[in-house]
Amino acid sequence: MSHRYDEFVAVKADAKLNAHALRADFPIFEQEFHGKPLAFLDSAASSQKPRQMLEAMNHFYETSYANVHRGVYELAERATEALEHARERTRAFLNAPSVREVIFLRNATEALNLVAYAWGLWNLEPGDIVVVTELEHHSNFVPWQFIAGKRGAELRLLPLTEHGELDLSGLDALAAEGNIKIVATTLVSNSLGTINSLDRLVPWAHEQGAIFVCDGAQAAPHMKLDVQALGVDFLAVSGHKMCGPSGVGALWGKTELLQRMEPFLTGGHMISSVRADRTTWGELPHKFEAGTAPMAEAVGLGAAIDYLEAIGLDKIEAHEHELAAYALDRLAEVPGITLYGPPADRRAGIVSFNLDGIHPHDVAQILDLSGVAIRAGHHCCQPLMHKLGVAATNRASFYLYTVPEEIDQLVEGLYAVRKVFA
Amino acid sequence: MSFDQMYREVILDHYKNPRGHGVIEDADAEADGQNPLCGDEVSIYVAFADDGETIDEVKFSGRGCAISQAATSMLMEMSKGRTATEVATMDKEELLEEIGIPLTPIRLKCAMLGLTTLKVALHKAKGTPLPEGLAGFDELELT
Repeated sequence: MSHRYDEFVAVKADAKLNAHALRADFPIFEQEFHGKPLAFLDSAASSQKPRQMLEAMNHFYETSYANVHRGVYELAERATEALEHARERTRAFLNAPSVREVIFLRNATEALNLVAYAWGLWNLEPGDIVVVTELEHHSNFVPWQFIAGKRGAELRLLPLTEHGELDLSGLDALAAEGNIKIVATTLVSNSLGTINSLDRLVPWAHEQGAIFVCDGAQAAPHMKLDVQALGVDFLAVSGHKMCGPSGVGALWGKTELLQRMEPFLTGGHMISSVRADRTTWGELPHKFEAGTAPMAEAVGLGAAIDYLEAIGLDKIEAHEHELAAYALDRLAEVPGITLYGPPADRRAGIVSFNLDGIHPHDVAQILDLSGVAIRAGHHCCQPLMHKLGVAATNRASFYLYTVPEEIDQLVEGLYAVRKVFA
Repeated sequence: MSFDQMYREVILDHYKNPRGHGVIEDADAEADGQNPLCGDEVSIYVAFADDGETIDEVKFSGRGCAISQAATSMLMEMSKGRTATEVATMDKEELLEEIGIPLTPIRLKCAMLGLTTLKVALHKAKGTPLPEGLAGFDELELT
């Protein structure tokens, strides 16, 4: 018992997470690139994977693998149990009221498309308005543009302030324009790191009679999410951004909405009965999970959630704010740099920037030779790039395993870039 | 690989002082190309000599990474004085040799943007063969 007490005290005493120690959980950092240790500053695109998650998937494959839900033998039951345990872990992670509201899909993109097709296509009328923002990832932009176009509905973009935060001053004018049916925004911008406050937007959307669809892909890895506190109607997450495997994501939606929706994909598993002339749909969540589920991936997602919660989402969030502040500080020293986005306290661990006269691809290429991995491009945010007046930016993004030394390595690399192009 | 191998002096020179940079008004052939992966853009303009076949003048405008802009600049020097058919059938290896640096698959797209765009311009004006890869072009626009 005293051992337990010690552990408890140790956790309490160490209020900050120890990124240097956590790196040991991630096998990827054991290798060098171009003869240098890897400074992986592209976690916003996809996070690295902890051993604990990889082992959980492996364990599932080695001890519990069979197709779920159908077999009556013990192995199939074990597999089903593992999948449903992952669903429960995901429910708790999002503080969703019911496990039936958690649908496993390939990723957040598929989740958002599900809502666009299974709700938007059936409920939008010509002339209705769908509201998104200039900040959106293409995954929460293109489906709405496409479905609105198909139904003859209008797509409207909430503008941004000069700091890259949502400008809500035009909401009244927008409400007067017509029948707003869908409001879709991201919680955290994958490009600028902006953390959007939904406090005003969600009640406003509901006053208009609209549903609120939240892209949580970039927020879920970094902060505690609570779908009930947020008040949204749908929320999408991707496993690969939060220490889980690629190939699994989840959609959470309110039961009363999901029940009234037609399915997105049809086929095996999602049915109640199939006759030559008619098929009836299965219960939630199966109605939206046609085909064999990403079983091992869902188990991996569950293990990733265990991993994140053992560290503490609040600690991860604090760590990232600290890194963002440090990075903004250090990067500001570099001559000819332009930094985009809000101040550190209002952003996740994401920093977008440009070096005067040097294309981001050239910056990223030279940084790669210094062992620094950053992303260069439009980050699937072309409307935002247009708004910023650039074709592309450099983006450095951080996670729980990022250490300040990697940001130092980035800054040194940027001086090398400037030297090449001097 | 070091910085110097990747960004050879000649690449940086073409990037900073692009040859044939500009626009030809009333060009005989022109096309716009984009590399959607990184936002490189070039527009290429061609004027033919009196024989209607030899490239008398060729210019480009655009913006993008050093590789895309330097490669297009080199291409301007390489294609002037050749016939449309010669350029349309020019092997990409010829340009790659001129660039002279190892390129990853992603950067290869940057390097080929100018050549692809030039070949599309010639195709539209003279019906010469289209290049193999058509990244950045709507194929419907070309038929």
